[in-house]
Amino acid sequence: MPAPGSFALPLCALILAPLLLGIVNRTKAVIAGRRGPPLLQPYWDIAKSLRRGAVYGEATTWLFRLGPVVGLAALVAALLVMPFGGLGAPVSFSGDMIVLVGLLALGRFATVLAALDTGSSFEGMGAAREMHFSALAEPALLLALATLARVTGSFALTPVYQSITIGAWADALPTFALVAVTLLIIALVENTRIPVDDPTTHLELTMIHEVMVLDHSGPDFGLIQYATALKLWIFGALLVGLMVPVRSGSAWFDGTAMLVGMVLLAGVIGMIESAMARYRLVYVPQFIVAAATLSAVAFIIRLV
Amino acid sequence: MFEFIVSISLLALGGMLAIVLFPRAGMCQLAGQICAVSGSAFGLVGALHVLVTGDAVSLSGVWQMPGGSFHLEIDVLSAFFLLPIFGLSIVTGLYGRSYFAGHGGVASAASWFHLNMLTASMALVIAAHDGLLFLLASMALVIAAHDGLLFLLAWETMALSSFFLVIFDDRKAAVRHAAWTYLVAAHLGTAFLLVLFVLLGSIAASSDFAAYGAALKDHQALRSSVFLLALMGFGVKAGIVPAHVWLPEAHPVAPSHASALMSGAMIKVGIYGLVRILTLLGTPETWWGWLLIGVGALSGVLGVLFALAQHDLKRLLAYHSVENIGIILLGIGIGVLGLARGMPLLAVIGFASGFLHVLNHSIFKGLLFLGAGAVQRAVHSLELEELGGLLKRMPWTGTFFLIGAAAIVGLPPLNGFVSEFLLLYAGFLAVLQPAAAVAVAGLIVLVILGLIGGLAAACFAKAFGIVFLGSPRSAEASEAREVARPMRASMAVLALLCIAIGLGAPLAVASLAGVVAQMTGATVGTTSAELAIVARPLALAVSVFAVLIAVAALAWALRARRLAVASARRGPVWGCGYLFPSPKMQYTASSFAQPLTTQFHLLIRNRETFVPPQGYFPTASSYASDSGDPALHLLFVPTFRWFDRVVTRLNVIQHGHIHVYILYVAATLIALLIWESF
Repeated sequence: MPAPGSFALPLCALILAPLLLGIVNRTKAVIAGRRGPPLLQPYWDIAKSLRRGAVYGEATTWLFRLGPVVGLAALVAALLVMPFGGLGAPVSFSGDMIVLVGLLALGRFATVLAALDTGSSFEGMGAAREMHFSALAEPALLLALATLARVTGSFALTPVYQSITIGAWADALPTFALVAVTLLIIALVENTRIPVDDPTTHLELTMIHEVMVLDHSGPDFGLIQYATALKLWIFGALLVGLMVPVRSGSAWFDGTAMLVGMVLLAGVIGMIESAMARYRLVYVPQFIVAAATLSAVAFIIRLV
Repeated sequence: MFEFIVSISLLALGGMLAIVLFPRAGMCQLAGQICAVSGSAFGLVGALHVLVTGDAVSLSGVWQMPGGSFHLEIDVLSAFFLLPIFGLSIVTGLYGRSYFAGHGGVASAASWFHLNMLTASMALVIAAHDGLLFLLASMALVIAAHDGLLFLLAWETMALSSFFLVIFDDRKAAVRHAAWTYLVAAHLGTAFLLVLFVLLGSIAASSDFAAYGAALKDHQALRSSVFLLALMGFGVKAGIVPAHVWLPEAHPVAPSHASALMSGAMIKVGIYGLVRILTLLGTPETWWGWLLIGVGALSGVLGVLFALAQHDLKRLLAYHSVENIGIILLGIGIGVLGLARGMPLLAVIGFASGFLHVLNHSIFKGLLFLGAGAVQRAVHSLELEELGGLLKRMPWTGTFFLIGAAAIVGLPPLNGFVSEFLLLYAGFLAVLQPAAAVAVAGLIVLVILGLIGGLAAACFAKAFGIVFLGSPRSAEASEAREVARPMRASMAVLALLCIAIGLGAPLAVASLAGVVAQMTGATVGTTSAELAIVARPLALAVSVFAVLIAVAALAWALRARRLAVASARRGPVWGCGYLFPSPKMQYTASSFAQPLTTQFHLLIRNRETFVPPQGYFPTASSYASDSGDPALHLLFVPTFRWFDRVVTRLNVIQHGHIHVYILYVAATLIALLIWESF
């Protein structure tokens, strides 16, 4: 049984996740020369959605209502196996990586089916794109995780991330660097950020994730907004855990270093969004395959 | 053994009774159903008994067949493969009667000759039921047979009885074509098996399986040929790429519960044959493992890609059988690799994943085919572009189909996830091995399974989304009604099994010890200990799923409470300001799959014809896509054309006069006698 204290980690994630979105938006605003919304705006947005009533499309069924619920629950459950840098997850076992990938797939499948339930062609379009890109991103993520597993000699997330120290970086610099790029690209793809998707665009035809949730409203939409924040947190933790190899043994010190890392990551995503334009949709698969290739190269380096 | 004999006798009796009672449709169906269900139940009890005790039971008898002996034996391996056959046949037996119930009515509505057609369709129903029972009986015999000749005889019965099920709807040219494709493919496979068993028989001087194993120990050089012959012969029946072309033709045209049985159980008989031969071969070679992994990867990826391009629900499901056979072979390949390289843990988990997937696939594929049958009953069409909105009209069928879809995609917390977890676990174990070759094999398994999982999710999002969600795309779909209770009940049983194996994952994995031990040659005790290594992570994974379900329930309650206070109303969906949307404007199956079919065009060769709208006031424009299976169009069609040309030349010696043929026979005999005397 996990120690009661270890549940502090998922709890922190649940509390802090929307803040990341606030930092991304603030960074973009500052770079664009605006003051931007307050850092806590995502919290107010979620709270506001949760308070409101809902409108349901005429064709929708219970599945439309279940989609956001399962989407959120899958991510909350995934937090149980997510370490935060050197801080161990409440539940850790060999193969928890597989459970993480499975839960992400479950959440995605539920969201996609809820989108198709509306019968709207916009949402069908978003669903098709989401499934297309994730079908390519899933093997890329597994490749990255397999490479980390080979380097660290374990395939449970907590021991893997605990053995990513400065020494380990010095030992496996090219491999870790390549995997980090892969994880960054996957994070951008899975969280549908620029250059894959523009979460702030107002043209439905170019959207991926946002167009899938066009017809969700009220509490359902609140759950989706919260799930979006959690997803960014999970992929952020996967990347930052690798990039910030601070493993002093003191939970407070390591945790603070990781938090600083997460804030920096949010800033970097904000800068990428300010500096780049969205790719044409046909180029996105190439972007993902490039990420997978980088990890494959990283794996081959560690083969002998 | 007693249960097994009773079971086979009951199944045969049911077939006979159905023929005898054919003038009375109700009686005939009832007799067929009772015998199918009770016979299978007996068989299931017998198989479970062997699995629990671990003791093989056998029956030997004298047989008139020269060179053959009537030897039946059910060991743990046989008993395991009997589970999907008898289990699924109980469910399909329950389902079949309701599925056929109104069939006469449908045929009559379609035909002017009201009465004639009613009689004809009922006669067909009887033929099918009869064929179905023989199929069951023969499938069970194949697995129990411990004698080469008996095996081949039962194998042939299986091929023929399923041929008659495929040709059930023989008024359609497409169905006849499918049935012939199937018959040719089945016999091509049997040809390899014939060579295999003749080869084994010649070295063993007996047709008994035990003698084969002993003889192979003395003939090490032959082992690889035996393996290759088995892979080709049994691979055709299992539907590996590129020998899969018959499968998507044949399975969809049979009655749905027969499709369920064929896809869920019959192709597993091919896997059984391969695995049985592997147990006779002793320690395998490394390259066998690589070959199995390669064939599995090819079948898995191509199977799901072809499935994506399909417009017919049952064809789509049939292609997914090819994909799942690929996943099973990946597991067995890892197992063989582990055995060859002396890594017992890897071998155990690889085989365990393969075997568990055999069982799981029979459950969810059976469920999905029964669901497709329910859709066909309700809408009279399986064309995806004519369906839609069925979840509202058929809530039970829709929910069960959703469970089956989530299971086949490998989503937690259902059974498909458990076997894919085992396979990925084996992949990660291999990745950690110092030997580069094993690590690369592990990486290939991880990447391929990740890709298959993602593509399968896309495919079933399409299949379920287009069929059950949105608005109906045709008048018939909008008038669909939920199917009869027995059909729902049989789907419910399978759906519950999906959930039970998912949440009882550690127990399910632990129960595989006996059958896996037979593959690795280790004792059951060691195998249990090795499986316990993976059962613990699975137990923790299940606890994570418990949290998942709890959080989902909590979030559901939360939003329900909010909406009880706030307003919840219905309205039109966002149409970008357009006020008159119609169901025709929904996303279609083709448009959903288009990005992926375009991206993988090199592999699947989807053929598209597009007439774009032209001019300032465009009028007619059209788009059509056809999934061309390159294995068929680039490999088999040219080969058979060439073969046809060559064989036509032999027409010279064909006169149709029987005395000439007798002359041929006599001449051959004399030639053989002369050859023998030298």
